[in-house]
Amino acid sequence: MADAALSTAPRAARGGTLALRLRQNAGLLGAIGLFVLFYGVYNLYHPRGFSQQVLIQNANEVFTIALVAMAQTVPVILGGLDLSVGAVMTLVNCLASHLVAGGPGEIGLGILACLAAGTAFGFLNGCVVVYGRIQPIIATLATGAIAIGLALFLRPKPGGKLDADLSWAMTNSLGDFAETYGLFGDGSGGGQAPWFQPIAGIPVPLVLLVLVAVGVWMPFRRTLTGRTVYAVGSAEGAAFMSGLPIARAKLAAFTMAGFFAGVGGLFLAIQTSTGNADIPQAGAYTLNSIAAVVIGGTSLLGGTGGAVASVIGALVLRAISFNFRIFDIPPLMQPLVEGLVLLAAVSLGALRALRTRNRLELFR
Amino acid sequence: MIAGAPLALRADTKPILIAAGFVLVILAVGTAYTLATQGAATLLSPAYLIQQLQTGAFLGLVAAGMMLVILIGHIDLSVAWTLAAAAMTATAVGGPLALPAGLAVGVAVGLLNGIGVAYLRVPSMIFTLGVNAVLRGLMVAQTGGFAPQTAATDAMRFLGAERIAGMPVAVLVWAAVSLLTAGLLSRTAFGKALYGMGNSEAAAYLSGIRTRRVTILAFVLCSVLASLAGVMLAGYSTKAYQGMGDAYVLPAIAAVVIGGTHILGGRGRYLGTVVGVILIVLLNSVLSIMQMPEAGRQVIYGGVIIAMLLVYGRGAPTRS
Repeated sequence: MADAALSTAPRAARGGTLALRLRQNAGLLGAIGLFVLFYGVYNLYHPRGFSQQVLIQNANEVFTIALVAMAQTVPVILGGLDLSVGAVMTLVNCLASHLVAGGPGEIGLGILACLAAGTAFGFLNGCVVVYGRIQPIIATLATGAIAIGLALFLRPKPGGKLDADLSWAMTNSLGDFAETYGLFGDGSGGGQAPWFQPIAGIPVPLVLLVLVAVGVWMPFRRTLTGRTVYAVGSAEGAAFMSGLPIARAKLAAFTMAGFFAGVGGLFLAIQTSTGNADIPQAGAYTLNSIAAVVIGGTSLLGGTGGAVASVIGALVLRAISFNFRIFDIPPLMQPLVEGLVLLAAVSLGALRALRTRNRLELFR
Repeated sequence: MIAGAPLALRADTKPILIAAGFVLVILAVGTAYTLATQGAATLLSPAYLIQQLQTGAFLGLVAAGMMLVILIGHIDLSVAWTLAAAAMTATAVGGPLALPAGLAVGVAVGLLNGIGVAYLRVPSMIFTLGVNAVLRGLMVAQTGGFAPQTAATDAMRFLGAERIAGMPVAVLVWAAVSLLTAGLLSRTAFGKALYGMGNSEAAAYLSGIRTRRVTILAFVLCSVLASLAGVMLAGYSTKAYQGMGDAYVLPAIAAVVIGGTHILGGRGRYLGTVVGVILIVLLNSVLSIMQMPEAGRQVIYGGVIIAMLLVYGRGAPTRS
C-alpha cells in the first residue's frame, strides 16, 4: 500500500481516481468523521459553543497529545513502535522548567536547548535501534526508563517557573500574542494592524500545530529519507535491495519522533508553567499516542499512514473526553466510556478481516 | 527450534547463561556494599533470598503468561487490570468462591483478548490496551475509585503470604506453574505450535495448526496466570487496591526479553524467563538497599536492559 508514496510515476498516471484515493484513506476519513461528530456535538451543547474562548481552551488541551501522536507515527510507519515518546516529552518538559526563563536571549536559547534535547534523545533511540540492532519496541522501553530517570533528576518534585509573558502569549490567540510582544502594531498598540484583524482570533497552539505539520513533517515525507521510511515499513528487504538508505531512514524516523515529543513537552511546560516528572502521565501519553495513531488510520504493521492523520486521531480522543464535561457523565464512569469508545474505534479496522475471502491474506 | 540441533540450542542458552551471570554480579555488588556499610553479607542469607523469591513469585506468574503470548508474536498489555480486576472480584465475592471467581475473570478477559486478536485481527498491542482501559473503567465504576474494603479470604492469604516448612506458598505455586509451563512449551503440540506461529503464522496455518485456537488459548493462559497473581497478591497484602497491577506489565515484558525470548516471537526458553524475573527483582532490591533514588533506579534499569540486549539480543543486519 505504500507503493503510492514510493512511485516515481507522474501523479496522473498513478491511477489517482477519486474512488481509489478515498479507499486508500478510508481510515483517515473515518477519523475526520468521528472528530466532526464528537466536536460538533460538544460545541452544539456547550453553553458557549463555537466561540473563540472554547476553541482556545481546546487547542491548548489538544496540542501536547497531538505532538506526541505525531512523534509516535514516524516509528510506526517504519514498522516499529516508540514506547519512549511520553518519557521524552516528560524529560523535555522538566528541562524547559529550568531553562525557559529570564531575558529574551535566555528564553530563546532555552527553547532551542529543549528542542535540541528532545531531538538528541530521539537520535539516541535511533542509534540503539540501527547500530545496536535491538527491536525498537524493547529498545525504546529501556530508553524510556532512562528518559524518565533523567526527568526525575531534573525535577524530583513538580515545580519551576516559566516566563509568564511567554506562557500567556503561547496559550492564547494570535492577537494576544502580538499584543504581548508589540508586533503588527498600528501605533496604538500591538496586534492592531488592520490586515491582522481577520486572523487575530486564531489560537496560537493551533498555528503552531499547523506550522510543525506543514513546516517539518510534510517536507520530510517528500524527501528520499522520508519515502524510505515508508518503504522500510512496507518491505525492508525490498527497500534494501533497491539501494535505499535504510539506516539513515531509521535514524531520521526516531530523531523526528524525539523532536516532535520535545515540542510537545516544551509546550506542556509553557502551558502549565511547571515541570513535572510524572511517570503515570508519561505512560498515559505513550499509550494514548498509540491509540491516536491507530484511530488516525495508520497501520501498526507499518508502511502506511501519516502524522497529520495521527493528529486527527488525537483530536478524536480529546473530543470524546470534552463531551464528558457537557453530558455530566459521572467521573467514575468516564474511564469505562473512554475504554469502550477506544475499543470500538480500533475494532472498526476488523471490517477488513471479516471481508477477506482467503485467510492467507490476513497473515503478514 | 528443533531439539538436537546444537547451534539452535546454543543460541537459546547463551542469553540464559549471561543473565544468570549478571544475577551473580548483582549479588556480588550488593554484598560488597552491605559488607562495607553494615559489615554483614545480608544478601547471601537464606532469609533474604527467600524473601526475594516471594516478591518475585507474583512477577514470575505474570511473566510466564506474558511469555506464551510473546512467543506467538503478540503482546498482552491488559495484564495490569486483569490482575487488579481478578483481585477485586475475588475479595468482593469472598468465601470459598473467591478463588474461582478471580480466575474466572482471567478466563473471560483472555477469551475476549483472544477473540479480538485471532478473529477480528486487531493488533494485540492496541486491542489489549483497549481491554485494559475497559477493565479499569469497570473497576473504577464498581469500587468508586477507592481500594475495596473487603478483605482477602483465608485461602488467598494462604496462597499469597503463608509458608510451608519455611518456603512461601507463593514460591511453591510459582515453581509448579513454571514446571507446567516448561513442559507445555517443550513437550506438547501446543508448545510447538506457539513457536511455529511465532516464526511464521502463515506457515503454521498451512501446516494444519489451528492458529486461531492456539492464539485464544495463549491469551487465556496469560490472563489466567495474571489473575492468579492478582488473587495471590491480594492475599499477600490482605486486600485489593487500585492500580495494583500497573507495576507488573513492563517488568514482565522486560523479564521475558532479558531471558532471551525474542520480542517478535518464535524463539526463547522458559528457563530464561525465570532468570529474567530473578534478575529484575534482585536488581530492584539491591538498588533499594543502596538507597538509590528513583531517578537513578530508572536510568540503571533502562541501561541494564539495553546492555543485556546489546550482548545477546541483536538482530541480524538487513540483507535481502
